[in-house]
Amino acid sequence: MSVHCKQDAPDERNVLDSTKQGVLGEPLERPEGLLKVTGTATYAAEFDAESCLEGVLVTLPVVRGTITSIDRESVLQMPGVVAVITDERLTGRAAQGMAGEAPFQPAQQVCYWGQPVALVVAESFEEARDAAKHLSVECNADEGDAPLDPDTVEAEQRKPTKNGDLAHAMTQAAHSVDATFTTDGHASAAMEPHAAMAQWDGQSLTVHASLQMLKFNRAELADSLNLKEKQVRLIAPYVGGGFGSKLGISQETVGASLAAMKLGKPVRVVMSRQQVFQTIMRRSETTQRVRLAADSEGRLTGFGHEARVSNLPGEEFAEPVLQSSQFLYGGDNRLLQLEVARIHRMTAGSVRAPGEAVGVQTVEQAMDMLAEKAGIDPVELRLRNIPERHPAKDKPYSSRKLAECLREGASAFGWKDGPRKPRHTREGEWWIGSGVASAARIHAVVEAKARVTLRPDGTALVETDMTDIGTGTYAILGQVAGEMLGLSLDDVEVRLGDTDMPPGSGSGGSFGASSCGSAVFLACEGLRDTLAEKLGIEASDLSLKDGFALWENEKKSIAEVLDGKAIEEIGHFEPGKSTEDYAVASFGAFFAEVAVNHWTGETRVRRMTGAFGFGRVLNARTARSQCLGGMTWCIGNALTESLLFDPTDGHLANCDLAEYHVPVHRDVPDLEVVLLEERDAAASPIQAKGVGELGLCGGAGAIANAIYDACGARVFAYPMTPDRVLAAMPDK
Amino acid sequence: MRPFDYQRAERLEHAAQLAADDDTMALAGGTNLIDLMKLQVETPQTLVDIGRLSLGEIADEGDGLRIGALASNTATAAHARVRSDYPVLARAILAGATQQLRNKATTGGNLCQRTRCYYFTNIDQPCNKREPGTGCGAIDGIAKLHAVLGTSPHCIATYPGDMAVALAALDATVEIAGDSHERSVPVREFHRLPGDTPERDNVLEAGEIITSVTLPAPVGGTQIYRKVRERSSYAFALCSVAAVIDMADNRFTRADLAFGGLAHKPWHDPRIADLLVGSEPSPALFDKAADLLLEDARGYGENDFKIPLARRTLTAVLCEATGVEA
Repeated sequence: MSVHCKQDAPDERNVLDSTKQGVLGEPLERPEGLLKVTGTATYAAEFDAESCLEGVLVTLPVVRGTITSIDRESVLQMPGVVAVITDERLTGRAAQGMAGEAPFQPAQQVCYWGQPVALVVAESFEEARDAAKHLSVECNADEGDAPLDPDTVEAEQRKPTKNGDLAHAMTQAAHSVDATFTTDGHASAAMEPHAAMAQWDGQSLTVHASLQMLKFNRAELADSLNLKEKQVRLIAPYVGGGFGSKLGISQETVGASLAAMKLGKPVRVVMSRQQVFQTIMRRSETTQRVRLAADSEGRLTGFGHEARVSNLPGEEFAEPVLQSSQFLYGGDNRLLQLEVARIHRMTAGSVRAPGEAVGVQTVEQAMDMLAEKAGIDPVELRLRNIPERHPAKDKPYSSRKLAECLREGASAFGWKDGPRKPRHTREGEWWIGSGVASAARIHAVVEAKARVTLRPDGTALVETDMTDIGTGTYAILGQVAGEMLGLSLDDVEVRLGDTDMPPGSGSGGSFGASSCGSAVFLACEGLRDTLAEKLGIEASDLSLKDGFALWENEKKSIAEVLDGKAIEEIGHFEPGKSTEDYAVASFGAFFAEVAVNHWTGETRVRRMTGAFGFGRVLNARTARSQCLGGMTWCIGNALTESLLFDPTDGHLANCDLAEYHVPVHRDVPDLEVVLLEERDAAASPIQAKGVGELGLCGGAGAIANAIYDACGARVFAYPMTPDRVLAAMPDK
Repeated sequence: MRPFDYQRAERLEHAAQLAADDDTMALAGGTNLIDLMKLQVETPQTLVDIGRLSLGEIADEGDGLRIGALASNTATAAHARVRSDYPVLARAILAGATQQLRNKATTGGNLCQRTRCYYFTNIDQPCNKREPGTGCGAIDGIAKLHAVLGTSPHCIATYPGDMAVALAALDATVEIAGDSHERSVPVREFHRLPGDTPERDNVLEAGEIITSVTLPAPVGGTQIYRKVRERSSYAFALCSVAAVIDMADNRFTRADLAFGGLAHKPWHDPRIADLLVGSEPSPALFDKAADLLLEDARGYGENDFKIPLARRTLTAVLCEATGVEA
């Protein structure tokens, strides 16, 4: 049986507020947490099979060219070497998120430095790694035609959003800001490197992989290999972080699969950390011009945000920098324009909150500059500029806690009201200051299915190919089912990450919880109907709690109602008009206190508060963890993270975790998270929106504003490393 | 990683004999060497594991202290006499790497730590240090980490460590043994400038093994290790200063300074102590000290900032040590 819902209208019933179990939203521990912290959860590279061979990708130190020959004999005599895979189906690029088809380019065309071109398979990893370095590859280099600098090549313009006349509004403004910012490229930097172990039985392929969106990945892999989808099974019960880098399939999955099919033996391919950095998606660097025009009260009359990003030729994806600028603040005269420069660096794609993670912080810095010019408290300025309706599309917001987040966040942080002037506090060598920024992230939902079975003993089983990339999927899907079916989390088993199970949404874009949670919810609604039918009552008269069905003054255990027969439903959720008719997004506010060293420009975040509203909270513990993770990325984004590309040959210089600086524990102070209760009926049938990425959408701007408040250095380049802070320091 | 032979040395002489071969390298903690072997930056045919030699002791040596070549960084930083008599050394060690790495890293190995230059660690890039004659990728490339003092047209790499910077300020001595000889080299002279042989980081000859580092009798004073970096742990120094400073009657009586992150070696310029000792501390004097330090400094674009940064960091350290307000 199946329960289908295409959500064309807000679901105002709020069913989950009338259920009795009380498990949803509770800060429960993840059921798989112990496995993970004891190292007993099995990740892709840890699955083993008899006589499994090891493959290592061969990468080419050429930025652009065509492979003319690969001399297999150059390594086939080396100890342990079994094969060299140079099949034309080997992909040179990773697939974009939700592509659902093979990635763009075969490996024979080299388009960026360090592109994989072949796979060496050997009996041991060490032998394969050594041989991979020895493989002789002939390539016609074509480096003259490989632009590397995003600032100097001509760019393609995307369709702009234009309302009124921004230039005129700027000239008429009582206060205005016109500032240009840059952000450096980012890596996802997931802890688990990309890995796959493939097995082929002559008919079908089974791959243990580290991927975020199995439904799409299965289609991508089948298309890459010229197989039918039903011949491909992907298994990924645990994924050690994705952050966008595992949305689409990458070279290791295709390589392991091809090798397994050719050799008839299991083959494992694990990328080195350097390969992950050099071949998997980067976040594009950006250059952003922000223009704000305001009246004497600080109310926006004009809003402009123009951004230049880059990608490889042939890639559709463009870092959607302006996504939240469409609806965060008002201003009748608007210009939003994105352009893409074509350069030869590895594919640019989704990395941790694509768009807002770099697009909100610059607007938030500009708002801070406007607050200073207008002599208005920066929190108050933001409150004054929250629009009534979507400023470009004139449609209502579904729900929005931006003002509450700004107020409650300010109160929790201890924000001092009033206009601000930098350099007000010094402790020894350190300037102390604070800053605010709004948070905003678009809401998305994706088609998802889940099967829920009530077993004869009254316990439940939830099954979907949805992944848990460290976010808490096991917990929250169990909680949705437990709430609907009147069961504690201990009585709900959740199985994830196997394409033999109904296709979920996958993890990405913060849509996993609301999409798959809705599929589970729908399946459970069907099960409740069946239970009611068995009892001969209306479903609306049925309550389920602690394993018992309750109606009027009657009580019967669910097992008794089932009478030895399992019942199951597949919930099928599809996005509909409700997310088009309303402006649906998650909102929040960040407050940061920093210390900037007068002598060295070193900046350390001393404390940070984030207040967020993202619809129904499914698990207060995992939701808070998501926010903590996002705020930690804010620190990296603001202060340290930067991909460094060589200007001569375009290679990525800092390709490991020692030199690509994500925050370390000592960089992350006490972070405070305030979760606001909210129900968003248009967002999803469970009234939930996305939380995964919200915590990093704008917070770097709060840190940047705090740096200015502390020491008077207005830095326009992210990350704000000591050299950049010192260069902007007044009276240095 | 290339296949290699592994030998375990039971005696020092044995280790030295084995290490005399050009294709043989000594293995201690392995925190740097093994990483570089995985990347094929280092490709020894033989590793001599010296980990079982009795070189781990930390013991009094006259009024001074002898730190065995195999003493772990953690043990050295935690040693009671290091903490009380040579605090700049403990602080420098604790400013480097991570606890896990310090547990494995050794005194001798840390002195031999190789540069973090991105072009050195990528075998598909030119690097005169890794492969003499191939050129320097960093000079026109990503040079943010790189040297501004003592560079050559062949190499602008920095020595990345912290411990050796403190040892240079303390004027420690490196004790070295070969198959049939022993010699002592001041830490200040142990590392080299790149010149036209950047492949040589230090004066250690083939067949020589570091046996210990000896610290002179304690001199007291104010001891500071100041390390500037992008994140607050697990990052190499953009610039660091080790300082041993003493005052009497508001005049410097000692001003032993060494600098990290600026050169191919821990940088020590005796003219700075000559300038400071006997003088009253003042911002003007600190400026003169920085002028001396940076007289011949040269940036390569991306690392230009290190020149003003070194001046400011030196000033900050001298202000902290003397109580002068700038």
